Amino acid sequence: MSTSAHAAPVAAPHHGAHGDSGHGHAHHPGLAHHFDDLEQQKDSAVYGMWAFLVQEVMFFGGLFIAYIVYRNLYPDAFAHASNLLNVPLGATNTAILLASSLTMALAVRGGATGSKPTQLIMLVLTIVFGLAFLVVKYFEYAEKFEHHLVPGPTFMSDPAHVSPFFQAHPEEIPHAKIFFFLYFAMTGVHAAHMIVGAGLMAWIFLRAKKGEFVPEHHDALEMSGLYWHFVDIVWIFLFPMIYLLGYHFGGHH
Amino acid sequence: MSGHDHSPAHGHGGHHVHVVSLKMYFTVIALLFALTFLTVWTASMDLGAYNTIVALLIAITKATLVVLIFMHVLWSKKIVWIMVGSSVVWFAILVAFTMQDYLSRNLG
Repeated sequence: MSTSAHAAPVAAPHHGAHGDSGHGHAHHPGLAHHFDDLEQQKDSAVYGMWAFLVQEVMFFGGLFIAYIVYRNLYPDAFAHASNLLNVPLGATNTAILLASSLTMALAVRGGATGSKPTQLIMLVLTIVFGLAFLVVKYFEYAEKFEHHLVPGPTFMSDPAHVSPFFQAHPEEIPHAKIFFFLYFAMTGVHAAHMIVGAGLMAWIFLRAKKGEFVPEHHDALEMSGLYWHFVDIVWIFLFPMIYLLGYHFGGHH
Repeated sequence: MSGHDHSPAHGHGGHHVHVVSLKMYFTVIALLFALTFLTVWTASMDLGAYNTIVALLIAITKATLVVLIFMHVLWSKKIVWIMVGSSVVWFAILVAFTMQDYLSRNLG
């Protein structure tokens, strides 16, 4: 008896804090109860997202330092191996990804202005650009498999797709293999991020469709945007570092 | 800061919502495309060691535009600037400490 008598007065104000009754102002439905207000909640999301992105910089940083070390050790092999890549496809994907970053920024802007049609249209365009990037990537990878430019037992075994440099310097072929390993690892991990991003955008699209994103509260949309732009930035560095190293030799294919 | 304004929609407790102007977004995307053409064009020329320097300068410029405008860091609190800066500093340490080894191996 005495325990329930104690419980009742404790429970009542606790419930009052959650509900809209009582304390003067109504809580925004998007405000989680462990935050004071929407601004504090948004700041927490921004800091959390940036902490994740800084970690992502370190994650990709490991691959970038591997690239820097081996390119420094084998500059000629890297430049000539790079020249075997398909620059038009790489440039096309750069354009697609930049366009997707614009549509992403406009989707987030649609959140800030509270325009649901803008959010939905721009999210669909972002997903379409993201998928287009992956389709181009598929054709690019397929071409490398056909040309025996995938690191493995038959690497550079097809003379039709081995440039004169490597025919004259077969001792450089193992170094080209390192370049192609890094090419697949770096663009592959980047493509994996694109797949995650496309899935993320599909989820955000469904939430936008429910009308969840309003000017004062569209954190999930905005944080997903930060992720998308980050993946774009990785590509901004990958494109010149991987595709354009030997471009001044003139195209090989 | 020109190029953006506060939307009339304010939340509770002075919570401001940034709305970056469309003009600024389209200017940034135009610059990003122009810099992409520039990086392909300069890569087609043999500039020796400068090829890498030019390519990196262009890439850093593009990344900075995306971070400041598309990712709203320009209008973010100082702690966000510190976090972004820390990623650059840590990566620079990774490169500097690794390369001071590799680049000095043939000296003595």
